[in-house]
Amino acid sequence: MNGNSKSKLHGLWALTNRELKKWYKAPVVFFLTTFQPVIWMGLLGKSMNIGALIPDIPGMDSGTILQQTIGTSDYFSFMAVGMIAFTAIFTTMFSGMSVVWDRRLGFLNKALSTPVSRSVIILSKVLSATLRSIFQASIIIVVAIAFGLKFGANFNPLNILGVFAIMFLVCVGLSSLFISITIRSTRIETPMAVMNLINLPMMFASNAFFPINFMPDWLQTIAKFNPLTYTTDAVRQLLIFSTDYAQLALDFAYVGIFAVIVATIGIVLSWRFLSK
Amino acid sequence: MKPRENLRKLTKKLKVNNMSEEVIKAESLTKVFNKSLVAVDHIDFSVKQGEIFGFLGPNGAGKTTTINMLITVLRPTEGKASILGYEIVKQDTDVRNVIGVVPQEYTADEDLTGFENVILCADLYGIPRKISKKRAMELLELVELVPFKDKKVQTYSGGMRRRLELACGLINRPKVLFLDEPTLGLDVQTRAATWNYIRMLKKEFGMTLFMTTHYLEEADALCDRIAIIDRGKIVVTGSPEKLKNSLGGDIITLSIQKDVDITGLVKKIEHVKEVKKENGMYMINSENGEVTAPLIIEALRKEGHVVTRLSLTKPTLNEVYLQYTGKSMRDAEESRETVFAQRLAMRRARGH
Repeated sequence: MNGNSKSKLHGLWALTNRELKKWYKAPVVFFLTTFQPVIWMGLLGKSMNIGALIPDIPGMDSGTILQQTIGTSDYFSFMAVGMIAFTAIFTTMFSGMSVVWDRRLGFLNKALSTPVSRSVIILSKVLSATLRSIFQASIIIVVAIAFGLKFGANFNPLNILGVFAIMFLVCVGLSSLFISITIRSTRIETPMAVMNLINLPMMFASNAFFPINFMPDWLQTIAKFNPLTYTTDAVRQLLIFSTDYAQLALDFAYVGIFAVIVATIGIVLSWRFLSK
Repeated sequence: MKPRENLRKLTKKLKVNNMSEEVIKAESLTKVFNKSLVAVDHIDFSVKQGEIFGFLGPNGAGKTTTINMLITVLRPTEGKASILGYEIVKQDTDVRNVIGVVPQEYTADEDLTGFENVILCADLYGIPRKISKKRAMELLELVELVPFKDKKVQTYSGGMRRRLELACGLINRPKVLFLDEPTLGLDVQTRAATWNYIRMLKKEFGMTLFMTTHYLEEADALCDRIAIIDRGKIVVTGSPEKLKNSLGGDIITLSIQKDVDITGLVKKIEHVKEVKKENGMYMINSENGEVTAPLIIEALRKEGHVVTRLSLTKPTLNEVYLQYTGKSMRDAEESRETVFAQRLAMRRARGH
């Protein structure tokens, strides 16, 4: 009616930018959310000095032992990369919560009464969480380098792009997952409890902080299905291990399939449940 | 190609004109939540081109549910409704393009400026930036927010937020505007100012307005026609005047100097419906009290009676409400969400 030719995706950037502005235009929020993972990385990575716990045995120093067990001689480097997955999970969790807030504050109804597509409303949440995570991941990498991250033997600066790519995939998947949990909620408490229930297990049933081959069998099985395991492995392959390209391809394929499936579920749910 | 284009435009115009009599039409519109809670129960009504139509009822009567169905946010369980001929379920995108919505809550983003909020709304309608920037400025001027356009909404007062919502609701030049409790939580002055904006919209743009309210005086002051809704059902529809007159008109109370019975005399006067004598006072029931009162005085003077005291009371919507629902406006049985939303809206209206 206004003579404007609209694409199916109109409003996507407007809604995404609305989310992002809440973050980059609020200096305190921006500072805290950016440096929270950095603080965690400093605390966990430097306090858990696993290398010092391993005595040097004749013919083998602790670095070599670590190299053989976790794939790198430096636990901090191992841990710093795990922090990237940690960022992904916590940032995407907020995208789930913001759906509930939009519903309660009436913004969701307002958006639903406009010709903007239902899936765009959801995609904007996914996209903003993804962009935020990628930004935070870059901060983590920069700070980790300053703290002494040891790159792998065949590290190439272009690998950083690969890190962004795997982050993109896992964040699309995770935020779709969290949004699917919250999409019907009108209250904060229930989805908050559900998310807290899955967050930490998801973190620890993965190789983010410790290699999975030291875990009991049942936990290894869970970890082997956990997309965070593949994400973290991909980032390690790209940054600190001597890259195993077959493994890297497997990581990308697994996380990619995870992202596609969960995002599809999210969009289908948005068609069904955004309006009741 | 061109003549054809013109023809298409013309038929489109005619089509709109043909349908203009009934802009909103609802037929046994029903919404049942969780298969048991009947929020809206088979309601029928129609809204004519250019009128302000109000849904009056207490909280929890089904007003917001009705509005949410009409603005395509909720799907009706039963029945149908159309806006400018577009079916709300099957042609939802067409409906969304021709309507504007001013919700009960303050939906503007606190962290963005007033101008950014209006532009965000424009983007949701897919209006290109070039047009939307100009339109946003026009609308902000209309609602007198230009001096505050670059301030964050956090700093706005309740009245300013309400005006901003109004500007957002108008960004797509809607033909029908929906207002859900437009003055909830506002103080008396701001409420009167908001009414003026709403009246101006009707006058300047010939817009059709559908509003809900639980303030009797608001329905009385603004609406051309109202529907009183109670427990999901429309109990009566009509203009506020007509509804008030349906109660039997105004009540004129008078007393005269001498103690003579004038009942028969007064009864003969035009418009008078009923005369009762109580404690030496005459209670006269009549339509058009303002016109009838002088007639009565005149008639009595001709017969040599002196009126010592006269008062005129007009029935209010409160009496209408009481008559049709059997109770005063009640504030009971609200859902958790409504209470939360309203409390939040009111808190924000008061400026935190």
